Amino acid sequence: MTASTASLADLKARAKSIRKNIITSTTAAGSGHPTSSLSAVEIAVALYFGGILRYDPKNPHRPERDRFLLSKGHAAPLLYAVLAEAGYFPVDQLLTLRKLDSPLEGHPNMRRLPGVEASTGSLGQGLSIGIGHALAARLDGRDARVYVLIGDGEIDEGQVWEAAMSAHKFKLDNLVAIIDQNGYQQTGATKEVLDLTPLAPKWEAFGWSVQEINGNDQQQALDALKKTSQVKGRPSVIVSKTVKGWPIQTILSKDPNHHGKALTQEEMKQALALLDAR
Amino acid sequence: MRKACLDMVYELAKRDPRVFFIGSDLGAGTLQQFKDEMPDRFLMEGVSEANIIGIAAGLALDGKIPYVNTIATFLTRRCFEQIVVDLCLHDVNVRLIGNGGGLVYAPLGPTHLAIEDIAILRAIPNMTIVAPADAEEMCRFMPRTLEYQGPIYIRLAKGGDPVVTCPEHPFAIGRAIVMREGTDALIVTTGVALKSALDAATLLGERGVAATVLHVPTIKPLDTEAILTCAADVPVVVTIEEHSVIGGMGSAVAEVVAEAGFSPGKQFRRIGIPDRFPDQYGSQASLMERCAITTARLVEVVTELADRVGTPTAPRRSSV
Repeated sequence: MTASTASLADLKARAKSIRKNIITSTTAAGSGHPTSSLSAVEIAVALYFGGILRYDPKNPHRPERDRFLLSKGHAAPLLYAVLAEAGYFPVDQLLTLRKLDSPLEGHPNMRRLPGVEASTGSLGQGLSIGIGHALAARLDGRDARVYVLIGDGEIDEGQVWEAAMSAHKFKLDNLVAIIDQNGYQQTGATKEVLDLTPLAPKWEAFGWSVQEINGNDQQQALDALKKTSQVKGRPSVIVSKTVKGWPIQTILSKDPNHHGKALTQEEMKQALALLDAR
Repeated sequence: MRKACLDMVYELAKRDPRVFFIGSDLGAGTLQQFKDEMPDRFLMEGVSEANIIGIAAGLALDGKIPYVNTIATFLTRRCFEQIVVDLCLHDVNVRLIGNGGGLVYAPLGPTHLAIEDIAILRAIPNMTIVAPADAEEMCRFMPRTLEYQGPIYIRLAKGGDPVVTCPEHPFAIGRAIVMREGTDALIVTTGVALKSALDAATLLGERGVAATVLHVPTIKPLDTEAILTCAADVPVVVTIEEHSVIGGMGSAVAEVVAEAGFSPGKQFRRIGIPDRFPDQYGSQASLMERCAITTARLVEVVTELADRVGTPTAPRRSSV
């Protein structure tokens, strides 16, 4: 079980493929959260294909594996597209998203789909589960690392800050939180709904090692994740500033949030063309 | 019972490296030995119950068996969402130990009264609910929690509860225990209310009413077979528990006997905490009196219902 490594060009090609699958799968389903998924593609690609996450699609429950928890469970189309790209199941299964009897449910269900580490969708709960994994790994003497992807709307939940205190107390340097700061939550801009900015000083105040990056820059995403392995004695957080829907937000300019809505067939055609032209 | 339970967690931890203890700023002295000897598996977190449930889920997903202990209200009500999703949906081996099931914390007021814990947890798939009657039964039960699949809620009473169970009744999760047998009435009980049930059965016997006492330490999964067997040949069924009359063991028994075709002539009654917040501040004992969850009230109810059906002389129907 080794993590795959790839060139920047390879990673960008993966990102493009994953973006297309997010868009086509949600449009085929007629629902879902494409824009919430698109903002975090570079982070997920860096994790799974940039030599960060150690996993084995042939043996998904292998104890030595690293864990990736999608705490912002509504970005399930991203997780599914990444798992398919990584070989957990055939890519064409992505088109069963949200279909009756498909294991690709509207939010990830770990009991139904290998590669999903936690059933999420009730926001704010993933980081605490990540602490449990990180503690277990430390006690067992495994060098497994735990990565938790959290939304910037999600951190409204008080439990996230309970977990922030707890991870610092346990000095969990094998735990990495990534905040996908795409600036929007369901009903509007996070700054208007419940403004928690600036995020970096808050996490610093809770004792975490903080990096701030442009999360839609593939190289920055990769470098930031790599750096977290050098942090000792405390958990790491990457405040990943992103654009919701990146890079097809221009197509959705009438509604830059476009939360929880699939693209129409026409929007999908434009989006796929835009991706191909990049 | 609480001490017996926590002592057992320590004993289980000594022999099984999967066992963790997680507390939430409560009872630090109780498990000092655990903390001293196995500090890596003893987590005393702050007042952050939701986070604790998540941590326990993460540990359990990695093969550990965390025993989480705090006051029952903060465990069950505050963490309901985490219990549903992190523990029950994931179906992980986390054991929740709720202090003060029922009216135990009466001196602390209604914020601390766990009067609906059984009702809300009973509605969650994969959840198991156990309320032992005394410390000795607790000690027979706890070893069973090591190899049992899925989350378990363990309801604790006050402590110092009189011992009414006996070693001749081995503990099996999901099994009810017939404590005594009679043909005139069936008293179904759980947790510490067993004491009242047994005392009532003795008093009823003196009045010529022979009652079966069925102790149901596992409220979920419910031993429906035992309940239906015991209910088949008696004209009166009464439940007693230190819990709201809504959704608890009494409700569970009512569901079972009603769906089995409870004969119209038979009598059924629940004794429990009425559907209102306490209108009086006092000790556990005084609130139990106020709620009429007492031996005397149980005797009264069974007698009244038995008189209504004409027990013991009236002819009886044998169907449930």
